[in-house]
Amino acid sequence: VTLLGVTSVDLARAQFGLTSLYHFLFVPLTLGLAPLVATMQTIWHRTGEDAWLRLTRFFGTLLLINFAIGVATGLVQEFQFGMNWSVYSEFVGGVFGAPLAIEGLAAFFLEATFLGLWVFGWDRLSRRIHLATIWLVALGTWLSAYFILVANSWMQHPVGSTVKDGEAQLTNVGDLIFSRFALYAFTHTMLVGLTTGSIVVLGVACWHLARGRNSDLFRRAAALALIVAVPVTALNLVVGSRFGLATTDYQPMKIAAAEALWDTEKPASFSLFQIGGFTQEDQTPSVHIDVPYLLSFLATGSFTAQVDGLNAVQAQEQQKYGAGDYVPPVAPVYWAMRVMAYLGALMALVALTGAWLYRKGKLATSRWFLRTAVVATAFPFLAALAGWVLTEVGRQPWIVQGLLKTSQANSPSVSSATIAASLGAFVLLYLVLAVADLVLMRRFARVDPPVVVREEIPVAAVSY
Amino acid sequence: MDLAVFWFCLIAVLWSGYFILEGFDFGVGMLLALLPRDERDRTAMFDTVGPVWDGNEVWLVVAAGATFAAFPAWYATMFSGFYLVLLLILVLLIVRAISFEWRARHEGVRWRATWRWLNTIASVCAPLLWGIALANLVHGVPLSGEGDFAGDLGDLFSPYTLLAGVAVVLLCALHGATFLTLRTTGELRERAAAAARRLCVPAALVACAFLAATVDVAVERNDKDVFPPVLPAALGAAALVLGTVLVLRRKSGWAFVMTALAIGLSVATIFTGLYPRVLVSSPDFANSLTIADAAAAHYALSVMTVVAAIFTPLVLLYQGWTYHVFRARVGRSPG
Repeated sequence: VTLLGVTSVDLARAQFGLTSLYHFLFVPLTLGLAPLVATMQTIWHRTGEDAWLRLTRFFGTLLLINFAIGVATGLVQEFQFGMNWSVYSEFVGGVFGAPLAIEGLAAFFLEATFLGLWVFGWDRLSRRIHLATIWLVALGTWLSAYFILVANSWMQHPVGSTVKDGEAQLTNVGDLIFSRFALYAFTHTMLVGLTTGSIVVLGVACWHLARGRNSDLFRRAAALALIVAVPVTALNLVVGSRFGLATTDYQPMKIAAAEALWDTEKPASFSLFQIGGFTQEDQTPSVHIDVPYLLSFLATGSFTAQVDGLNAVQAQEQQKYGAGDYVPPVAPVYWAMRVMAYLGALMALVALTGAWLYRKGKLATSRWFLRTAVVATAFPFLAALAGWVLTEVGRQPWIVQGLLKTSQANSPSVSSATIAASLGAFVLLYLVLAVADLVLMRRFARVDPPVVVREEIPVAAVSY
Repeated sequence: MDLAVFWFCLIAVLWSGYFILEGFDFGVGMLLALLPRDERDRTAMFDTVGPVWDGNEVWLVVAAGATFAAFPAWYATMFSGFYLVLLLILVLLIVRAISFEWRARHEGVRWRATWRWLNTIASVCAPLLWGIALANLVHGVPLSGEGDFAGDLGDLFSPYTLLAGVAVVLLCALHGATFLTLRTTGELRERAAAAARRLCVPAALVACAFLAATVDVAVERNDKDVFPPVLPAALGAAALVLGTVLVLRRKSGWAFVMTALAIGLSVATIFTGLYPRVLVSSPDFANSLTIADAAAAHYALSVMTVVAAIFTPLVLLYQGWTYHVFRARVGRSPG
């Protein structure tokens, strides 16, 4: 079914891409900010210093604004599998549905219920129990990420299942939830979350330090952010590249596309930048800067090993799955990989520089760094979006690697016009929400942290 | 018991839980347009559901997730077939979720009024559309031989499904009023009680008509005998009559129990009328989707049964505890 040459599959993909990427703007911040706020409250609990309570409330408000929109847009994700991708849903439900259902039961209830307790429970719960509620929220967000990544990883590397009577069936739940791909994806995503949380806390703290108000308070926030950001950003570079290694085993096409490597090379050099060379017809870039041996190392762990090119993998896949084009769109995958990796490295650099300045006692006076840190708050979001583009576009033409193609997975009963209307509705709604969210986040990131009134049990972090 | 049947029952329980819990926060949202005299009253009303509405909504997320996992074909056909209705519900629930969290973030009169009105509109329309959607399961929609939805948007609207939508809205409004009578103080509480008294008779009448119609539809269109669907329907009607009497006699605690029971039994009537099918096909009844056709394989169902056996009691425990923590009545905030 087409509408002005655009097929319903295209529209459904556009909607899924848009709504998922949008949702994932809010997810990593929640994943990172929840344990950071919990840590702040724990320090307050242990030391009794007002500063940490004020920081808990301040960053808690940012967490809540962000959480609201994350929860709201998450519902779309669950519904649109069935709405736009009914063939997919029917095919995968017996495997993919299980982690989704478990996510709701084990994680969503936990985070939603205990978030309510945390927000409204300041004067109703003992300090210790109240502290436990924010940690349980953080646990809920992490569990939720785990189960949804188990589901997604099965689409990248279907394990623990078999196809019978035209439907995927679960055969081994242990293989599914402890799949190597899922464990990598989870570790990587958790580090992304902590990176996002700490880089945002750092940026906000630096903005206040540059203004010179509440410096004592925000120096502490910056210190906490740096303690998290330095190891986490460095570790994520390692985990990210190991994840790439694992991906080579299961999705060689994705890795070849991410490098725009058409012909098999041994040893393979890493392309830092190139112009052209992204299509079947134009396989040789007109301008390119390469680092010899590096791709062999990144893709296989050995500096001299062979890396299969797109043409070779295409031939292998044709032999395995029959005639067809198995090469994903190369340019977006290539650039997504680079945006992600370069920003990742840049964030590690920002964190290291910040830590060095902090140790020297120069953080609050290095205006260039304070400004850089504020700009850097955008990096983790861009890097995370690029990471998902790499993961999902790189899997094409498959929706479930090797089992079901995207072009055959949409809902036959839903017309292009219907999906176009729904896409339009989401674009409009999400734009309005994005503007409101930005306005609110800016406003609450710039206010002075609330003052603690002594001789009083702290009142609600947020008044409704 | 067959695991697929067990999961059919569990999904019915999840929907009941959703409508009972989110039902009163929908009701509070509707009454926002009628009860409060000023912004302080409105804030008090928001505060009665503030800590719990999100946990309530998770019942829906789990109901949908369980349907996806346990009955992939049901999930696929229902969600693609009810497309525009679900799209509207999504938009409404997104706006509503955000209204709870963002309304208080800004003092501006227009900002607050906007989010409040959006909350009220969503709180009326979402249960209306859910009522229509669930009633269609038993009323039947055109399905093809392959089990795909073969109708259009108009097929979802019939006198019966509209009656179901209106009944759900009225039940939620009444449920919200009895909830507010329990959770607020002073004049606001009196106004909530008065609203419950005004609502109870029309809500009970419409809901009884819906229960009777559901039994009739199950017999006419889903090849059922009058029994067993008549059992939950009769119990539901009894709960409605008792609830009405209790509301009028100002026994707010028991009245709330009855409105909760009435909602739960209404969902039970739909699912009892639906069994052993999950989605009735009409006019080609033979194309109906049955529990057996739609169910996932035994292994997946047994894994999820173990998970549900572990987590469901836990969830009930801590959600119950939340209601205990926030049991105190909410007064008008100072200033």
